Amino acid sequence: MTTSAPPVVPAPDAPKRTAKRPTQIGRLSRSDRISVFLMVAVPTAFVVWLVVLPGILSVVLSFTRWEGIGGIDTIEWIGTENYKNIFTIYPPFDPAIQHNLIWLVVQFLIPTPLGIFLAVLLDKELRGSRFYQSAFFYTVILSLALVGFMWQLIYSPDQGLLNEITGGSTDWYGDPDVNLWAVLVATCWKQTGYVMLLYLAGLKAVDPSLREAAKVDGASEAQTFFRVVFPVMRPINIIVLVIIFIESLRAFDIVWVVNKGRNGLELISTLVTSNIIGEASRIGFGSALATIMLAISSIFVAIYLRITMHEERNR
Amino acid sequence: MPRPASEAEYLASLLPPSVAAGVGRRGFLKGALGTGAALTMPALLAACGGDDEGGGGGGGGGGKPTGTVTFGSNEAGGDVPQQRRDALVAAYEKSSGLKVKVNAVDHNTFQENINNYLQGNPDDVFAWFAGFRMQFFAERGLIGDVSDLWPIDGMGDAFKKASTGADGKQYFVPDSNYPWVVLYRKSLWDERGYTAPTTYDEMITLAKQMQSDGLNPFAFADKQGWPAMGTFDILNMRLNGYDFHVNLMAGEEAWDSAEVKTVFETWRELLPYHQENALGRDWEEAAQGVVNNESGMYYLGLFMFEQFPEDEREDVDFFNFPEIDSAIGADAIDAPIDGYCMSADPENEDGAKDFLSYLGSPDAAAAANEAGFPLIWANSNADVSGLQPIQQKAAEFIAEQTSIAQFLDRDTRPDFASTVMIPALQQFIKNPDDVDGLTSSIEEQKKSIFV
Repeated sequence: MTTSAPPVVPAPDAPKRTAKRPTQIGRLSRSDRISVFLMVAVPTAFVVWLVVLPGILSVVLSFTRWEGIGGIDTIEWIGTENYKNIFTIYPPFDPAIQHNLIWLVVQFLIPTPLGIFLAVLLDKELRGSRFYQSAFFYTVILSLALVGFMWQLIYSPDQGLLNEITGGSTDWYGDPDVNLWAVLVATCWKQTGYVMLLYLAGLKAVDPSLREAAKVDGASEAQTFFRVVFPVMRPINIIVLVIIFIESLRAFDIVWVVNKGRNGLELISTLVTSNIIGEASRIGFGSALATIMLAISSIFVAIYLRITMHEERNR
Repeated sequence: MPRPASEAEYLASLLPPSVAAGVGRRGFLKGALGTGAALTMPALLAACGGDDEGGGGGGGGGGKPTGTVTFGSNEAGGDVPQQRRDALVAAYEKSSGLKVKVNAVDHNTFQENINNYLQGNPDDVFAWFAGFRMQFFAERGLIGDVSDLWPIDGMGDAFKKASTGADGKQYFVPDSNYPWVVLYRKSLWDERGYTAPTTYDEMITLAKQMQSDGLNPFAFADKQGWPAMGTFDILNMRLNGYDFHVNLMAGEEAWDSAEVKTVFETWRELLPYHQENALGRDWEEAAQGVVNNESGMYYLGLFMFEQFPEDEREDVDFFNFPEIDSAIGADAIDAPIDGYCMSADPENEDGAKDFLSYLGSPDAAAAANEAGFPLIWANSNADVSGLQPIQQKAAEFIAEQTSIAQFLDRDTRPDFASTVMIPALQQFIKNPDDVDGLTSSIEEQKKSIFV
């Protein structure tokens, strides 16, 4: 069953698409072709201008020392010194990498299974499922910065809900041993709704005949989900995976709101910001940090591309 | 309708040829509109101001300045400092006939954006700090020379020195300053019979006494990253003296030297008398501890007393941080000066300078006094009769000091202060035992920044 399941869904429309496409393009008139060209070229130009070029420039800047004042002639080339300094004498770097990794693992282990679980429940069309759907998704609409403030009301050491109930005196945002976890709880609370929504969409798209077939074959509810439905949702799984990777690497707002990413909440993104933005303006040093971040995310992007390319070929 | 030929020639002679072309246009505009009409057309003037920077400046041009002065202010909280500023601006507009366009941003944002702000399209006059932080930008050509406003009547040499850039010119007009001192509530101290300590040992004894009385001796907070710098500064100046502070901030002394280690070791002895969990608390919360009689005293800037309710402010008093080493004494303090600068290319230079000289004058102080409590006016001719006793005491106190430092993050490179010192001091508060590791890490990072 598991082996036959995945091809079932893509099979019917895959040949259709490949058969249709060439004829469609061939039938385009001259003006259509121009508009298609423009539709591709204009966004590409924007992406190159606003994303690729700045990306390359910050890699270039990472080999320089520049305080961000004055023209290009004030930029001083110092080779790999920034990188050397980051790895050897910059104390916040190690904790930042660690915290990003913890962030990644936690995001993977907690909101993802929870989101799937909620999605499966909601997919059962329980009474009031629309209400729950909106309620769970509501957290996603809020900006992380706002989430940070909301949880501050719960975490505040003196007037917070949590200490009020438990009678404790833990400084949830201030104590470097617990603040990362406190922030992660808030993030997971937000992220769960997002994962849930993605999976809910995926579940709705699963062909009901598959479940019926599984039922006829005598599979239990759990078996049906893990061996039929879940594998069919492979594209959603990959999207969620990539979202988690990206969200964990660029995690920033909530931590910045709490304490500007210091004292137990260091993340690579906050180090980049505090070095580049603000009075400090260690442009070269900050760019080197940003480049390291770029390199790490490239690994995940490469893995993702490999998987999806592989998939395309298999079709 | 160009201006009189002689003046145009005079102005042109002051300018490099590339800029001189703009003078004619500006002169034309001024002539055409007349001084009165110019007031109603500030936008038009501003619009063509872009390429005639400095055109009206230099010689002071034709008598009274006109038009609009843009003013970048770092007070946007709607609180007392903003009311003071509004009163100042209103009074100036009334007396000068110029219009001041205020562009207000809150304190921290203003500071963090200063780089982009100054390189973008800064206001003619903007609020800033004296000392290294001003010199840093002046050296890079981002602050305008206002030497012709100096000397300012009522401001002594100390203020002039603090307003002077590395090239010997003045780039700053002081407005006010405030000392870092140990603040406490008088009625609580009278009730418990505490007296202000004058030596380190007396201070420790007092702290112990407070602890046994169920008080937390020193209020303490460092969530924002800068308050602990004050503690470092004062211990450093008490143990190693003012000159060492200056050299250390300039990057000329080693951070892993025995002197700096002593500072941290002394601080470690004092930490048990400080409020715990300082890293999760902001200074406003810590100040509330003093207001509520939970903490006995607080080493902070004088501005702390504004956290007291208005009718209790007469109950606040302060004392100088006591002497630790009798060879060094206790006559050096942090007393940061706030004030104003002119941007390097103001659109209305005459107006900017006129406004700046007003800002430094006793008239400005008088106008702002009506709006609420200032800290301490830089100008000694300012009317201080309406001030709180604590402010008058602080003004006299500052005058008695031999050496006045600005503050750690105002006396050293901004990148060093924010990316190295903030994390380092927080690390120390978290783990005060590894002084050797901490100081050598600071020194290594310092070497990578002070190149």
